[in-house]
Amino acid sequence: MTRRILLGVGILLTVGLSLFPFLWFVVTSLKTQKEVEAIPPTWWPSGSLDFYQSALVDHHLTDYILNSVLVAGSTTLLALGIGIPAAYALARLRLPGKVWILGALLSISMFPQLAIAGPVWQILERIGGLNTRWGLLLPYVTLTLPLAIWILASFFKELPAELEEAARVDGCGPWQTMIRVMVPLAAPAIFTAAILTFIYAWNEFFFALLILTQPERQTLPVGIALFQGEFTMPWGELAAASVIATLPLVILVVLFQRWIVSGLSAGAVKG
Amino acid sequence: MADLELLSISKTFGHVTVLKDITLRVCDGEFTILLGPSGCGKSTLLRIIAGLEPQTQGAVRIGGDHVDHLSPRDRDIAMVFQHYALYPHFTVRENLAFGLKMRKERPHIIDGRIREAAQLLGIEDLLDRRPKDLSGGQRQRVAMGRAIVRQPKLFLFDEPLSNLDARLRASMRVELKKLHQRLRATMIYVTHDQVEAMTLGDTIVVMDRGRVRQVDSPSRIYSRPADPFVAGFIGSPGMNLLEGSLERQANAWCFRSGSLSLPLPPLSGTLPDSLASRTILGIRPEDILLRATDSRGTSVKAHVDVVEDLGADQVLHLNVGDRHLVVRAPQGERHGQGATLTLHLPYKSLHLFIDDRRLNWAEPDERA
Repeated sequence: MTRRILLGVGILLTVGLSLFPFLWFVVTSLKTQKEVEAIPPTWWPSGSLDFYQSALVDHHLTDYILNSVLVAGSTTLLALGIGIPAAYALARLRLPGKVWILGALLSISMFPQLAIAGPVWQILERIGGLNTRWGLLLPYVTLTLPLAIWILASFFKELPAELEEAARVDGCGPWQTMIRVMVPLAAPAIFTAAILTFIYAWNEFFFALLILTQPERQTLPVGIALFQGEFTMPWGELAAASVIATLPLVILVVLFQRWIVSGLSAGAVKG
Repeated sequence: MADLELLSISKTFGHVTVLKDITLRVCDGEFTILLGPSGCGKSTLLRIIAGLEPQTQGAVRIGGDHVDHLSPRDRDIAMVFQHYALYPHFTVRENLAFGLKMRKERPHIIDGRIREAAQLLGIEDLLDRRPKDLSGGQRQRVAMGRAIVRQPKLFLFDEPLSNLDARLRASMRVELKKLHQRLRATMIYVTHDQVEAMTLGDTIVVMDRGRVRQVDSPSRIYSRPADPFVAGFIGSPGMNLLEGSLERQANAWCFRSGSLSLPLPPLSGTLPDSLASRTILGIRPEDILLRATDSRGTSVKAHVDVVEDLGADQVLHLNVGDRHLVVRAPQGERHGQGATLTLHLPYKSLHLFIDDRRLNWAEPDERA
């Protein structure tokens, strides 16, 4: 019993600590400028939407959102488009040096961003990708692909080989087997890889700041950072923008949770 | 439907030889069983026929055509897998239709075939369910349905009943037999279960350690096993196999094993020159009589060591001198431990193997 109480307290503490900053942002975003500046701070905001209005319109947040959706969405699609066949091949085909390839992939994802910033910048300069949104895809896909491939490959490995053989006997070639049988079954892993890739690209700050110089092409994290004036710190607008930036991720994660829980591969083989 | 020919198939994985020079012919419409202990290469052979595994040497011909260069989908075969391998994201109907769709069959033909197969297997009510909502037996039926709708030249079964419980297995066995009688299709069936092999097969191919030991009808596999391995593998309890040597006594042969000496009937054919070669005499537990009848044979005294009561009958473990024999006592007879019995071994029931080859008696064997 004491163990359960301790566990409950521990959970409450952990969840509370990680949720508190977010909660504080939500509260701040719903305040008026007067309430923000009040000392001591007020806990219950008046529910004003002024900061949202100001963030979206005056600070061009809608542009940043659009840019972020574009960049994060394209990164996710590209990472999956390359990652799924790569992972399937690594998991299932008889390839020489599979372990080395997987190891090399893992090491790529461990590169510090700063170490590859120079080369990325040079490559983008040469191919005309500087200050373009598609230019961001190069570092984003490079850095997210290893994780996507690892997640997908380990899931593909767990799928019963008999299913593939059944598909081959039923008339599928390797591509059809992958697309019609293995990919639907790997849906939970694909969603996991997709959400992680999307979150990475959505949150990424460093490369976006480095590569994009024109404010109207900026993504959300850099865009929000630009709110700050020379002498002012618009706390209310920042809070409102942060809530708007975080909400899509929360919705995505809640939606995708359903996929992980539904054990889609149940009944494939025994059990 | 078509016949199948395997021409000296060999298979090695690295340094391990899994199949050695397998040549086999399966006639059109025949139900052929590949039977053997686990690891004998029977599943590998099936996968080579399917094209899922390339052979190291040899050729596969289906319906007279070489198929070695063809992928599984172009061999016109259907396979039922050990773990069913149903597509979990499809309904039963979609599972059945998938192979035909991949072959661009017209929708009304697909529907017709599905209806026919579902009726044949009694799964009409399950068509809109998904595999996870089916029981083991139902999944098994769907897996068979998926093969039937294809109307392939060749049906391949890889231990399809091994995941079912004993009662279900028995009833599916009967259904499989009926199915074959209705479809008259060429079927190759891999199993390690001798009961499945004996009840289902027109022909049994007994395999051991990558080699074919005997190809014959179930009754001949039982009554005239080609070598000691087949003799010991088929039958339950297994055949008594006594290792010993042949001795000439007057004008007849006598088999000697330890303190046991049994006179033998005349042999057909000639004995190998060296009598030092491995000699084995076999007799099935159910062929040993506890009461002498008028059939010609030989008698020995035995002591009951252990009694296994199976309800319908008893299996007796006997000591005969310093040798050990297992006997199945006929129904109704009961014997206790320590009892002394006189065993009658009819000549026609004795199996003699010299150097792993069967030698036949001169007398015509009425059961063969």
